[in-house]
Amino acid sequence: MPIAIHAEQLGKSYTLYHQRERSRYLALRDLVTERTQRIWRTTLDMIRGRPGALSGRSEEFWALRDLSFSVQQGEAVGIIGRNGAGKSTLLKILGRITEPSSGRVTIRGRVASLLEVGTGFHPELTGRENVFLNGSVLGMSRAEIRRKFDEIVAFADVERFLDTPVKRYSSGMYMRLAFAVAAHLEPEILLVDEVLAVGDAEFQKRCLGKMNDVVGEGRTVLFVSHNMAAIHQFCSRGLVLDRGQIVFAGTVEQATRFYTSHVQLLASNDLSERKDRQGSQWLRFTRVDILDAEGQLLQQVLSGQDIRLRFYYEAQQARSHVAVNVAFNVRNSQGMLLTNLNSTDVGEEDQTIYRSGYFECHWPRFNLRADSYSCALFCAINGETVDWIQHAAFVITVEDGNFHGTGKLIDRSQGDLLVDYTWSGGAA
Amino acid sequence: MHSSTPHSEQLLVIEPGGRAHHYWYDLWRYRELFLILAWRDVSVRYKQTVIGLLWALIRPLLTMVVFTIIFGRVAGLPSDGPIPYALMVFAGLLPWSLFAASINDAANSLIENERLISKVYFPRLIIPAATIIAALIDLAIGLLLLVIMMVVYQTLPSWQILLLPGFLLLAFITSLGPGLWLSALNLKYRDVRYIIPFSIQIGLYISPVGFSSSVIPEQWRLIYALNPMVGVIDGFRWALFGGQSPLYWPGFLISVSVALLLLWLGVRRFRDMERSLADWV
Repeated sequence: MPIAIHAEQLGKSYTLYHQRERSRYLALRDLVTERTQRIWRTTLDMIRGRPGALSGRSEEFWALRDLSFSVQQGEAVGIIGRNGAGKSTLLKILGRITEPSSGRVTIRGRVASLLEVGTGFHPELTGRENVFLNGSVLGMSRAEIRRKFDEIVAFADVERFLDTPVKRYSSGMYMRLAFAVAAHLEPEILLVDEVLAVGDAEFQKRCLGKMNDVVGEGRTVLFVSHNMAAIHQFCSRGLVLDRGQIVFAGTVEQATRFYTSHVQLLASNDLSERKDRQGSQWLRFTRVDILDAEGQLLQQVLSGQDIRLRFYYEAQQARSHVAVNVAFNVRNSQGMLLTNLNSTDVGEEDQTIYRSGYFECHWPRFNLRADSYSCALFCAINGETVDWIQHAAFVITVEDGNFHGTGKLIDRSQGDLLVDYTWSGGAA
Repeated sequence: MHSSTPHSEQLLVIEPGGRAHHYWYDLWRYRELFLILAWRDVSVRYKQTVIGLLWALIRPLLTMVVFTIIFGRVAGLPSDGPIPYALMVFAGLLPWSLFAASINDAANSLIENERLISKVYFPRLIIPAATIIAALIDLAIGLLLLVIMMVVYQTLPSWQILLLPGFLLLAFITSLGPGLWLSALNLKYRDVRYIIPFSIQIGLYISPVGFSSSVIPEQWRLIYALNPMVGVIDGFRWALFGGQSPLYWPGFLISVSVALLLLWLGVRRFRDMERSLADWV
């Protein structure tokens, strides 16, 4: 079998700027102020006869490092790893959205990716116009789109609304049309990032169905997902990524086993190095500990256990009587949002902030079934967001425990949620 | 999906700085996308505003009236020879509007197409360039209006009108350079957009839109021509009104050189920034 993708020592680095960044975006005025300050400081240093200490306030961060692998034509490869392991960066490089910083990849064949579904759709344009627009954005030629047009429209089932602006479409119609265009691409290599394609369940189902077809036709697929079942279903090989490097490559069974036994358990809930955070950073979360009733650190939680989640932080100064809103939400491994535990909902508002301290959340009788739950972490003080880690700030790894004290639990297919209930009967 | 598609043997090599090798070839390959994006910008523009087309007519006409009154009547500035003042103002307004709209739209284009940039590969240059095509449509409408006005004022063009396409190209180039540069800058520094409308406002008054550049004292004209729009506007008037609006050639050459320099700078800056564009959005 010829090689479809061949990567040699692929690397991608980002430069991180450590400034008191209040927003996601750079502002020209910040640049001007900073330059002026620097000139002023250097001048001062020169007057005082000191060598100017040009403190480099930026830092290099390698999202991917020394990645080497090959994918053969017709192979379906699952890419497994925690959030921030570099999976999406890898797909972005393969899709040419971003350039690597080192190494090289050789790709044989047309690449398309399912994260592009609906990209470029314009709400003011009609369905017909959007098919052409979206098609050429995805790399189809006009002749190709014209040839497949009827098929696309039939597939999406929107014939009657072809000349209606898509802003009047229902979300289902919109999605169907967008998906139809993507489905009529004929890529030799398909990239699927399930983590990014956060559509509704229906959409995800279609994505998986599409992948099934593509795999069945013997095309090459690279699949990024947190959903181990889906990876098992579609892929024959697996790559495990951790901190930007390939830590395991092998059959999909070996890879998923390696991932669950090594990487996931090693997932330290250390937050001090996390860069993907928002807010003023007046207060920063540094670590999350999950403790049992005796205060023992837990690697895994058993459902039914009495747990405490302790969020350590560092603040710029100590303050008392501030309105604190600290919260985290919980998603299951399919990405479904299950709940949000917000301090203001239980009335704990007036608090003291220490230079370094912790918030603790008590969760008696942990009531979720075995899975890996990823949580976002948020804190606002006096209404201002100070720290917010949106994606998988920490992970709660859960094994089934004796929740009801009967040794029995609901069947997996019946849901994730365990409820403390009793049954009784009476004469009516 | 059909499995009958032949497997293309096209080989793609991705490496740092690799885009540079086949950039212009890629640009050519993506010409259909360029046309479709330009067409999208045009059709959205005329769909979104109820008065759409009318707006493209009203804006320059109203500006023309105001400028004719302020500069021609109140300030009493002379026109170029026998050309009616209003007509002269309108001929200057056409390239100016193209420039102003291009700069403004191009600067915002990358932000508006953020989703596209962060999800699909294509040479990014086609996004700001496509917005300028959309602005050219407005100019075409303006030209039609100008023809009507010339009939009304009974002004006849001479052979120079044949050179008008050349000056159109010059206007396009003059808009493209700064447009490219600003579009990349605007994506990186989100406060650039606040400076742009103000700069365009200033530009309108320091360019010979409401007056003829012949009112500039002789010794200053070379320096005045450093503003590339001076060359574009003077060129338009010369081509439209023939010898009646004489072209100051040394100044014109300076304007053209500045425009070309800006284009070169704009493309270079854009290409530099393009490499990391997807990392900023």
